[in-house]
Amino acid sequence: MHLKGDNLACVRGGREVFAGLDFGLSGGEALLITGRNGAGKSSLLRLIAGLLRPSAGGLSLSGGDADATLAEQAHYVGHQDAIKPALSVDENLLFWAEFLGVGQIDVTAALAAVDLDRLADLPAAYLSAGQRRRLSIARLAAAPRPIWLLDEPTSALDAPSQARLAGLMREHLAGGGMIVAAAHGPIGLERARELKLGAP
Amino acid sequence: MNALLALLIRDIRLSVRIGGGALMGALFFLIVVVMVPFAVGPDLKLLAQIGPAILWLGALLASLLALDRLFAMDHDDGSLDLIMMGRMPLELAVAAKAVAHWITTGLPLVVISPVLALLLNVDLRAMGPLALTLLAGTPALTFIGLVGAALSVTLRRGGLLLAVLVLPLTIPVLIFGVAAANAAIAGPTPFGPAFTILCALSLASLVLGPFAAAAALRNGLE
Repeated sequence: MHLKGDNLACVRGGREVFAGLDFGLSGGEALLITGRNGAGKSSLLRLIAGLLRPSAGGLSLSGGDADATLAEQAHYVGHQDAIKPALSVDENLLFWAEFLGVGQIDVTAALAAVDLDRLADLPAAYLSAGQRRRLSIARLAAAPRPIWLLDEPTSALDAPSQARLAGLMREHLAGGGMIVAAAHGPIGLERARELKLGAP
Repeated sequence: MNALLALLIRDIRLSVRIGGGALMGALFFLIVVVMVPFAVGPDLKLLAQIGPAILWLGALLASLLALDRLFAMDHDDGSLDLIMMGRMPLELAVAAKAVAHWITTGLPLVVISPVLALLLNVDLRAMGPLALTLLAGTPALTFIGLVGAALSVTLRRGGLLLAVLVLPLTIPVLIFGVAAANAAIAGPTPFGPAFTILCALSLASLVLGPFAAAAALRNGLE
């Protein structure tokens, strides 16, 4: 499985964010996108997720599920957590698992992976920022997808949660998955390649 | 199929929980219809004459009321991104959201309309046909409004634009809805033709609305 970005360019609001960007990523590899604020880290992730259209260049995925698009094989954890405050923690997770097409899902196990299993019945409105982030990370554990797109996944997470996330990511990579993550600091992936945006 | 059902049930659940807008439309409908007799005065004949028009106007405005929340909430919390990335065709997802919206805001209007018709001195025999016109017509209001909601999703406080976009398109529904209801109450024109056209409007918007809304969402999210 190989993900390739070829001569990518992105324009937001009439301003060119980046241009001529090439990258390649194979199964079991992680790519860490770094760069100053506004360099286009989030835009690149949204571009791979199919939520933005590149103004030039293209993305290609080879060796994946031929019937599914790139976006359909990817998990996207962005700045917004896609959590409904009126639903309880397990209702939130159960909805996304069903929507993402998991047959039988073990919600308790997925919540345990992010240490939220004791709060399963709590309305999500009462979660802290870090707990909300952990709930959206539980999506990664609940529904298997080969490509993970993570936008500053460690923001608002405490040290034990960061370690748990690193464990999840290592497991994912060991299983042949790919991770593209945008971050300002280390996120617990030692062997990740770095793609620096906005470098002169 | 499971994903479709999950989305439908989630949207219904969200709108009946605290902070959802399920009863807002029905309450607004109730207020409008209850106020009219006070404004018009104790002229029973006049009330019976304008009754269907008032009921239909109330239903139209009530169904517009919660429309801007249809996509805006999902857009604000990032859910819309994930829905667009999902394996379910966006057209289907959008249609599921519209159906959920109709069940929670349109259907209550149909259910309470016979009671409100009493307040407007509508003939007892005409209550059934009147509720039937609302049952046939309110899906058209929701699915036309769906397109406006998708177009205005990225705007903050897009409610005004939404009303401007949607209201002109709902005029045919209003005309034939009221015509069918009047035909059932007073005659002399038959109920059938106007009601059939109303059904046709609903079916056409049921088919076209999700495609237009999905296209608007794809183009709008930059």
